[in-house]
Amino acid sequence: MAIKDNTEKTERSEYRLFRARAYVAAALVLLAMLVVFFRLINLQVQQYDHFTELSKENYLKRIPIPPVRGLIYDRNGVLLADNHIEYVLEAKEDDVDDMPSMLRSLMQLLPINLQEIKKFKQKMRVNSRFHPVVLRKNLTEQEIATFSANRFRFPGFKVSVRMERTYPLGSVAGHLLGYVGRIDKRDLKKLDKKEYKGSTHIGKTGIEKQYETRLHGKAGYEVIEVDAHGKPQRKVSEQAPIAGEDIFLSIDLELQIKAEELLKDYNGAAVAIDPRNGDVLAMVSMPSYDPNLFVNGISYANYNALRDNPDRPLFNRAIQGAYPPGSTIKPMAALAGLNLGVTTPSKTVYGKGFFQIPGNRHRFRCWKKSGHGHISLNRAIYQSCDVYFYDLAFRMGINRYSKAMNKFGFGKKTGIDLPHERSALMPTQEWKRKRYDKFWYPGDTVNTGIGQGYFTATPMQLAFATATLANRGRKIKPHLLWATRVSRNLPEKLVKTVKLPSIGVTKLRYWDDVIRGMVNVVHGAGGTARRSGAGAKYRFAGKTGTAQVFGIAQNKTYNASKLKKKLHDHALFVAFAPVNNPRIALALIAENGGGGSKVAAPIARQLLDTYLLSKEDKQLLKEKQAAIAEQAENKAKKKSRRR
Amino acid sequence: MDYNNNDSSLSKTIFRLLSRIDLVLIVTLILLLSLGSVTLFSASGENMRMMNTHTVHLILATSVMLIASQLSSETLNRWSIWIYTIGLIVLILVLIQGTMGKGAQRWLELGSIRFQPSEVMKLAVPMMVASYLSNKNLPPSFKEIFIACILVIIPMLLIVQQPDLGTALLVATAGFFVIYFAGIPWKWLFASLAAIAVAVPLVFKYGMHEYQQQRVLTFLNPELDRLGSGYHIFQSTIAIGSGGIHGKGWLNGDQSRLDFLPERHTDFIFAVFGEEFGLLGNMILFSLYIFIIWRGLYLATKGHDSFARLLGGSLSLTFFIYLFVNTGMVSGILPVVGVPLPLISYGGTSMITLMAAFGLLMGLRRRKRRDYNA
Repeated sequence: MAIKDNTEKTERSEYRLFRARAYVAAALVLLAMLVVFFRLINLQVQQYDHFTELSKENYLKRIPIPPVRGLIYDRNGVLLADNHIEYVLEAKEDDVDDMPSMLRSLMQLLPINLQEIKKFKQKMRVNSRFHPVVLRKNLTEQEIATFSANRFRFPGFKVSVRMERTYPLGSVAGHLLGYVGRIDKRDLKKLDKKEYKGSTHIGKTGIEKQYETRLHGKAGYEVIEVDAHGKPQRKVSEQAPIAGEDIFLSIDLELQIKAEELLKDYNGAAVAIDPRNGDVLAMVSMPSYDPNLFVNGISYANYNALRDNPDRPLFNRAIQGAYPPGSTIKPMAALAGLNLGVTTPSKTVYGKGFFQIPGNRHRFRCWKKSGHGHISLNRAIYQSCDVYFYDLAFRMGINRYSKAMNKFGFGKKTGIDLPHERSALMPTQEWKRKRYDKFWYPGDTVNTGIGQGYFTATPMQLAFATATLANRGRKIKPHLLWATRVSRNLPEKLVKTVKLPSIGVTKLRYWDDVIRGMVNVVHGAGGTARRSGAGAKYRFAGKTGTAQVFGIAQNKTYNASKLKKKLHDHALFVAFAPVNNPRIALALIAENGGGGSKVAAPIARQLLDTYLLSKEDKQLLKEKQAAIAEQAENKAKKKSRRR
Repeated sequence: MDYNNNDSSLSKTIFRLLSRIDLVLIVTLILLLSLGSVTLFSASGENMRMMNTHTVHLILATSVMLIASQLSSETLNRWSIWIYTIGLIVLILVLIQGTMGKGAQRWLELGSIRFQPSEVMKLAVPMMVASYLSNKNLPPSFKEIFIACILVIIPMLLIVQQPDLGTALLVATAGFFVIYFAGIPWKWLFASLAAIAVAVPLVFKYGMHEYQQQRVLTFLNPELDRLGSGYHIFQSTIAIGSGGIHGKGWLNGDQSRLDFLPERHTDFIFAVFGEEFGLLGNMILFSLYIFIIWRGLYLATKGHDSFARLLGGSLSLTFFIYLFVNTGMVSGILPVVGVPLPLISYGGTSMITLMAAFGLLMGLRRRKRRDYNA
């Protein structure tokens, strides 16, 4: 080991060596710190916005505030869909220290069952510690009082208010209103996630679905600051929700209820439209169902009962039921014939009880075996001569006939503001080839002339076509939305009617000719529904229809008493009134009801009376409305009391 | 003390104590410590208890510094071998205590005082190496350098076993800095750096605990696992980045205030500082640090003898390594190693060691003529 020679010279050289190394070290220190500093510039200047965003994502949370759903009224302001206030007992896991013992004491205090406890625990596991979870719904006043008195024993638990959709009139207009239900996976795919973050329910069908956006409103939110553990610290900002719009339907509840009563013994449907503006005054499908059942998830038992019921109460017959329209379309067919020049008002056909296509032996029978003899258009309508219309359709040919009927809306959706409307069928040669890969036979055309064969229509289509007829070709789209109201303090805003292209006719008096025939149906001496027209305080026009449900062999006759109820004829009736200034047009069907004149026409007459007579006598109307409103209110009260 | 002074009046004693202090350095240190205390107040979540403890640490550390500044380089040179040897023995004791106890063991319990022996080695190792090399003619021969390396590596391996990678790294660098200042030929220096570069992957694979490996992997790709092991770096870069140029203001750092920043009063306090005081604050902080390092190197060149210079240079650069590794780690350009931000992070041991080092630095200065003659 070398011994250090401690001379002045060595000392100086070692000092110089150190100083040189120190300079290099200092340079390296500066360089290294410069590298870190450039990194800081990169973070704090270049990426400042990015990290500010990330920082906010960390500590700012948006809590959605669901809007209050809009209410639904009829045109006179009778409440059809309400938001029922219910009280719930809830808690956040984070706020409760000893959950098991607290639940035990709560069970002693309130009638909470094990099912509720189980559900509560399940939800606790799924939700965040800071998210309130409901323990018991629908607290009674008694329960609220009991809990409030003992509140100090249950820190963390509290009673909150929730809104629940209710339909105070139960099954009245059930199909029409539809219902809201819990948002499910299918809904989640379609809806605007931002708007529905705080919402639990969404319109599933009917008006509730159709006008979901209007009724739902705009969600609000509050921005809160949370710490790393998700615990809220303070409110940063708030955007109040905008409540959904209130909706007024064009429905006249009195007429609606009357129609439901009159049809309650049948499966059937009725639609009434104000021809002047397309307001749907009543839309009935019987049997109906109670939409309240669906709001919080229908039970399996209830759902199965509805689904498996042979009368199919969930099926909205008014817009989905495709029925053979029978003779109710004869006025429209007559107009088509006149317009095409295939017939004239004065031209007669010899009704001998059946019709045969030249060169074919098949007999298309008239409902009147003996035949109507020489018959013109007017009498063919009011006596509903089948042979006349077999002949007419045969001579128009299916394509021309179909096109003319399309103009009345047959075979097309009316565009009523409800989901799931069906277009039924106005057949063509083309259609049959595509559907069955078969030729269209002339015989097929003959059947459509009396609204049978492949020809089907929904009650809504029939009512719409009748309204168009009443308007002499002026078509107005039927609609249920009558007015909306943004806030309870603001006046309601009427919805504009949508006019569709009119049906033009070559001679204006053709309308009179056809309508005269329809007037004679109820007011004429030989009219098929003359009994229903008797004693009316107004003049009206109508047309009966009796649609065969199944084919009868050539050598047999229809005998209702020998057939099952299911195979009985459907009874139909279309009408509008008053003739000179129509304010209501309606179509109704009683499935397997038998004859149109015997069953359907009297019901129609009562409906017209209900609507028109009360209008005539304003005082009477007011009294009735007051009575109905009171009744509805009582019903609602009873309902809420029961809860 | 290597000189006699019969004057024992109190004022004279105080004057003598303070006369050894480097005024420039102490003022800068006080500035830095004040800035650190202000930051810690925010980082601790305005925790007064922690601030009280911090004050005790400050008083203790300053006292230790004052005492250390009284030691002359001859005294230190003489003590080096003993401090080093005792340090090694204690390290071994800690390891034995650890294997008998429950895994990782860094502390030695002496009554109520918890004592981290590896911390002492941060001073003892450079002292030992400086003592050894300064007795030789500089620059040292290959054999001398080899022996010096052994002196460094033995305590380093013992500390790695604890396991405490951060401290082991700091102890080793402190030792190697002495060898650097002693004048290791440049080609040997670069050759050994190259050798380390080759060795690192091997050490990673065979010499590291799983959590250490994970930290390195996370460093390489922190975005990979934002909620798992990448969380520290992810949150600290958010804190610094969202501070911007001007910072969010004192006590207004959202990342730290709302608990998103882990270990925010210890290893990650730089993120709190960066978030609240921004790039401008960082500029001031870095200026203070660089000034302190410069002053340390300056004091080292003014060292009494070779030992003083070597030790002073090493201590200054070790302080720099603290700074570089910590700020580099928190800003995400270096892997996460448990190294505190010097003089600012909460923790008594590190603060006392660092202040002791600065005390030593001050004491190493060349004696004035009359001191020699005394």
